Amino acid sequence: MAKKLYERPIIRPLTSGLMNKFGSRSEYLPVTHIDGASVKDMLKEFGSPLFVFSERQVRENMRNAKRAFETRYPKVQFAWSYKTNYLNAICNIFHQEGSWAEVVSRFEYDKAILNGVPGDKILFNGPDKTDDDLRTAIKNNSPIHIDHLDELYRLTEQATEMKVKPRVAIRINMDTGIYPLWDRFGFNYENGQAWDALNKIMASGKLNLVGLHAHIGTYMISTNAYYVAATKLADLAINLKQKHDTTIQYIDMGGGFASQNTLKGSYLKGADMVPSVNEYAEAICTGLINAGFKSNELPTLILEPGRVLIDDAGFLLGTVIANKRLSDGRKATILDFGVNILFTSFWYDHKISPAQEFGMHTEDTILYGPLCMNIDVIRENVALPPLNAGDNLVVHHVGAYDITQSMQFISLRPAVVIVDSMSKAHLIKRKETLQDIQHNEAMPEFLRSFKLS
Amino acid sequence: MRIKKNIAVSDNGFIFNPSTGDSYSINPIGMEIIRQLKETRPKEEIKHSIMNEYNCDEATFEKDFYDFTMMLRNYKLLEHE
Repeated sequence: MAKKLYERPIIRPLTSGLMNKFGSRSEYLPVTHIDGASVKDMLKEFGSPLFVFSERQVRENMRNAKRAFETRYPKVQFAWSYKTNYLNAICNIFHQEGSWAEVVSRFEYDKAILNGVPGDKILFNGPDKTDDDLRTAIKNNSPIHIDHLDELYRLTEQATEMKVKPRVAIRINMDTGIYPLWDRFGFNYENGQAWDALNKIMASGKLNLVGLHAHIGTYMISTNAYYVAATKLADLAINLKQKHDTTIQYIDMGGGFASQNTLKGSYLKGADMVPSVNEYAEAICTGLINAGFKSNELPTLILEPGRVLIDDAGFLLGTVIANKRLSDGRKATILDFGVNILFTSFWYDHKISPAQEFGMHTEDTILYGPLCMNIDVIRENVALPPLNAGDNLVVHHVGAYDITQSMQFISLRPAVVIVDSMSKAHLIKRKETLQDIQHNEAMPEFLRSFKLS
Repeated sequence: MRIKKNIAVSDNGFIFNPSTGDSYSINPIGMEIIRQLKETRPKEEIKHSIMNEYNCDEATFEKDFYDFTMMLRNYKLLEHE
């Protein structure tokens, strides 16, 4: 006769009427498959830990977002925010779905070019563009989003030397009624910097002003802030038309739409409190449509959301290394992935599911990574079924920023796979090797040898 | 190792300590171990019965039994030895 499933013995004090910082049980079913691909099989084939992306979810998110905006506004163009996730396979799904590229560095710019994105469909944002970066973007006819006056003057110089009129936009920051105000990027609207910069561009006659750009924040839960931003950008565009008889080709509203992850300290779960893409679309499109543009002069609306399009398509699979009891009686579980590859655990309470059958009892647990560093905490408190060494876990909503901000530290970063619509897992980034890490190191002759006694 | 005599153990996983008023919930394997401790069975006997019934190896049982009884002691549910 088959033996029963073993579960570690647990005892849990019952308290009534008191707040419990560990929260209530949230997991009722194991996550054994991702889009039909077996979690255990993928871990066996590609190793643990492992990042897994769902092609179906990426495309579904992109199509839903397009539908939300295109049903409300006549001219919409998405640009994939490379910094959110610049794995080439992920970028290409977005490009296949019609997205341009939005980059904030030369590294990302070159990745977009290598991915085959035409230069005139790469929006070059960010505060750090060298003269060489500017010249490359000018040659490729890429829209350059100017961040500060120093860049404006350098760009004007380059354009003069090259005898071409580069396509430019300026980034504008503004008070949209939210805190914090992101005033470190671009030119401020309220104090007149933005209008001043626009007048300088028009007066120089050396730059082709094609767009206005704002990116008001990140993980924004107020849609009204987007309405305010849209009306302020529209106001500048209409003033440009009146003063300089210039019609702006596009208004770029950036991104910052919240994903369904739960921010640390949030009373409600992310899924219960963040606006839908439809709500963001309603605020932005209403702001533009009501702004006073003639209907044949409505600018193209460009959008650069990242997190909301990719976060829930990414999963991190991992394995329990060990359990231990802390001095104050709390249970601690050590996992084989740490904050170096799950950077977002610094600001999210990630949803974490066991990948195998479990019973109805839970235990208040702290989840630690393997880094031998005190900061390596994946969840400070979570109610999970008792986990045994060797059990597997699935971390949800890790598609945004975890890949691009991951750090190599004391061990090798894991492989990344994508599950296609036929439930087949394809490798899109192999696990790092020691050679990958040592490749760029150099050893001066005088440090080559040593003797130990 | 013995569970205190006054500790009430229900069949469906609840434990009540009348001297402190504290109550606890317990999972089925914990329940099985407590039931056997109440019957004053030695650890070796408990180990064999759990390993016979569940897919559990000896090292896992030893580790988990140690941790579980430490918690019972911490909650003052065991007799002084």
